[in-house]
Amino acid sequence: MAATSYIAETLGRRTSRGFFARLRGGDEISYLITLACTVSILLIVCLIVYELWFNSQATFKTFGFSFLKSSAWDPNADKYGALPFIYGTCVTAFLGMIIAVPLGVAASIFLAEMAPPKLSNILTFLIELLAAVPSVIYGLLGIFILVPAIKAYLVPPLKSVFGFLPIFEGTFYGLSLLSAGIVLSVMVVPFIISVSREVLLAVPVEQREAALALGATKWETTWDIVLPYASTGIFGSIFLALARALGETMAVTMVVGNTPKISASLLSPGYSIAAVIANEFAEANGDLYISSLIFMALVLFGLTIVINAIARIFIMTTQKRGS
Amino acid sequence: MMMEISTSRRFINGFMLTLSGICTVLVVSVLFFILGYLLIHGATSLNWDFFTKLPKPAGETGGGMANAIVGSGKVLLLATVIGVPIGFLAGVFLAEYSGKTFAFAIRYVVDLLNGVPSIVIGIVAYALVVRPMHHFSALAGGTALGIMMIPIAVRTTEEFLRSVPVNIREGAMALGATKATTIFTVVIPAAISGLTSGMMLNLARVAGETAPLLFTALGNQYWSKGYLAPIATLPVMIYNYAISPEEDLHKQAWAAGFVLLTLVLVINVSARLIIARGPSAQRR
Amino acid sequence: MASPQQQQTFKDPVTEANPKPDVAKAGASMKLTARNINFFYGQFQALHDISLDIPSNKVTAFIGPSGCGKSTFLRTMNRMNETLRNTRVEGDLKLDGENLFDMDVTDVRRRVGMVFQKSNPFPKTIFDNVAYGLRVNGIRKSSILSEAVERSLKRAALWSEVKDKLNKPASALSGGQQQRLCIARALAVEPEVLLLDEPCSALDPIATLKIEELLFQIKDITTIVIVTHNMQQAARLADFTGFFLMGKLIEINDTKRIFQNPGMKETEDYVTGRFG
Repeated sequence: MAATSYIAETLGRRTSRGFFARLRGGDEISYLITLACTVSILLIVCLIVYELWFNSQATFKTFGFSFLKSSAWDPNADKYGALPFIYGTCVTAFLGMIIAVPLGVAASIFLAEMAPPKLSNILTFLIELLAAVPSVIYGLLGIFILVPAIKAYLVPPLKSVFGFLPIFEGTFYGLSLLSAGIVLSVMVVPFIISVSREVLLAVPVEQREAALALGATKWETTWDIVLPYASTGIFGSIFLALARALGETMAVTMVVGNTPKISASLLSPGYSIAAVIANEFAEANGDLYISSLIFMALVLFGLTIVINAIARIFIMTTQKRGS
Repeated sequence: MMMEISTSRRFINGFMLTLSGICTVLVVSVLFFILGYLLIHGATSLNWDFFTKLPKPAGETGGGMANAIVGSGKVLLLATVIGVPIGFLAGVFLAEYSGKTFAFAIRYVVDLLNGVPSIVIGIVAYALVVRPMHHFSALAGGTALGIMMIPIAVRTTEEFLRSVPVNIREGAMALGATKATTIFTVVIPAAISGLTSGMMLNLARVAGETAPLLFTALGNQYWSKGYLAPIATLPVMIYNYAISPEEDLHKQAWAAGFVLLTLVLVINVSARLIIARGPSAQRR
Repeated sequence: MASPQQQQTFKDPVTEANPKPDVAKAGASMKLTARNINFFYGQFQALHDISLDIPSNKVTAFIGPSGCGKSTFLRTMNRMNETLRNTRVEGDLKLDGENLFDMDVTDVRRRVGMVFQKSNPFPKTIFDNVAYGLRVNGIRKSSILSEAVERSLKRAALWSEVKDKLNKPASALSGGQQQRLCIARALAVEPEVLLLDEPCSALDPIATLKIEELLFQIKDITTIVIVTHNMQQAARLADFTGFFLMGKLIEINDTKRIFQNPGMKETEDYVTGRFG
């Protein structure tokens, strides 16, 4: 039984282990390395904030906060103002949300409450694939398919009925705030559906059963009981989608027109923070130019962090209630 | 006395069902629309040149995106090397070692990082890599995408490690394995299908990212040597060609879009299938 | 006002006043000795002042109603409770005279093995499952591993059923086979004590029988402590039986005594089925 004595010997020898043997067991090292990685992620986040802040200083020192209120954007004259971009960012995102939210919430209700499970799973799978489509592809479709379609089929009726409104004034050349808003809505709808659906599914079965047992129809149960219960979470999903719309770059820059002007009309071209950075950063020269772009990136960063932070709290609140 | 549900209530119920169903169908049809158009415009423009030739100089027709395909591969490789190990090990910490409050805080911060617009990350990579080096590079692009890969790596790792039952861990420790040995020889192998598919989804997501590459990797008409030079990538090429005035380049943009989308969707679908069939699904 | 009989007594099978013939032959050594073990989950005290001896190369069974602390005490013996948060143990535990709490915990667990209630094979091949403990403890030579794996599987009465499919995943085995695999896995590292926590509770009678038979065989090479809620199993298998109730050890003695002539009323109530 040579093997037995070998085993007994090896195992027996290990009974008294020194410092290095235990070190090789790996517990301390493993703990330290994984902890180090976790901490370094925190450091990366701090680094992001620092770099954005530090590199915006030139602009901040020159213009101060009035940078955010000024519409003077003239790189040749070294004059910078963020207002047109903030305006465009907000308008396109807002427009996108107005279209996407009703559509998305309605679809999520269908998928979570009304549709049979098999159908719901297949459709959800397809919708989540939509969320995986890269932004530049949406931009591609935007330029070549959507914009001409809007120009041909949407704007003429819109103008004929609502042309008197300031938001539909002026000639439509295609690349505009309207086009960007519509593209954004398409991009953002899958997120709203995905998160809202999960929030709705998390509403306890007991709540639904209580209503149904009293004779309520499926829709009544959904509208009166499930939706209110899930409302915080759905708001969370809306906020998440908003943050995404604000930061969306490629699809917007390809259809928005890239013109730094503020106009009441949705049919006119515009610009957004992400779009101007995408367009002009690579060629920007001069400290003030670059730091102005970075300052706007900092603003965008702050905005999305705050909105995301609130959104996450909303979603967590709903999850806690469900458990 | 039987009370029948009123006609109006029944009508509303049916109406709302239909309405919400229509919304859903509308959304889903967008997907088929996208795929359809890309198929028509892109697949037809696809030819062997696309995969083998370099772009032609301005004004000339023809050429391909061979350098962009390789370039994307290189940048994604860098991104994986930079972002995945750190995210993975942090996920191990959260799942295996961390206390509850700390884990919650980290998870929250990581989720916030995930929500940062990709273009902002691009700027940070610019400040960290391009500025000191005084030129654009694949390394800078890889850094930007790598940072973007971290949050999903952390969350996926944590989720799938936590799903491994306590039973199995205790079985290993009862044989005299240390906690670290248990984690790396039993827990991680048990979660491997989930971890792999999470990695794939992560990769698919950053493979399509364009914005951060615009001023980190920049672009290149020719082959790039190594990782310290500006480099062409597929998404950036699509963007550049799409906004150019030339019809021929538009065609190539469609072809590239088709290739990119196919790649992304194939990885996505495979990853989800792995999860659906993996051990964690069987455990349920 | 409690009579000596009604106090919680610790009966040392060796030094008992009236030695029974089938107990404690001269030189029957104590493998594990526990003195005044108290165990706390946070503020809740799960074990109260447990003292007992586990004799070598015998089968000792712990019986008692659900939640009485027998599994908790079992897990104390290989320090598995330390993997849980917010637990505390007090008292003295010795393995062959060595203080268990002072030893390196991974060595404790190698020497005091455990088989769990629900079989937990690793997502590896049958061979790799059995070899895992050896590899983890530094033995990697394939010839040694092969021999050890075969030996352990034979001892666990599983060899003939799996010898042709050692490279197949362990998950392909039936429930009873998986539990025997876990026993083989535990035996491979040649533990001095083998703890079994209700190993048959999830198995059918035939699988249970197979496991009971093999336990009978292996007590020559190791010391067995088994927690069971099945009194007949204890009566069949165990040389000594300890009765636990509400975190206390009420009585531990020769199995025959416990079942036929228990010293404490609570024991009698339990074994005659008045509760539990």
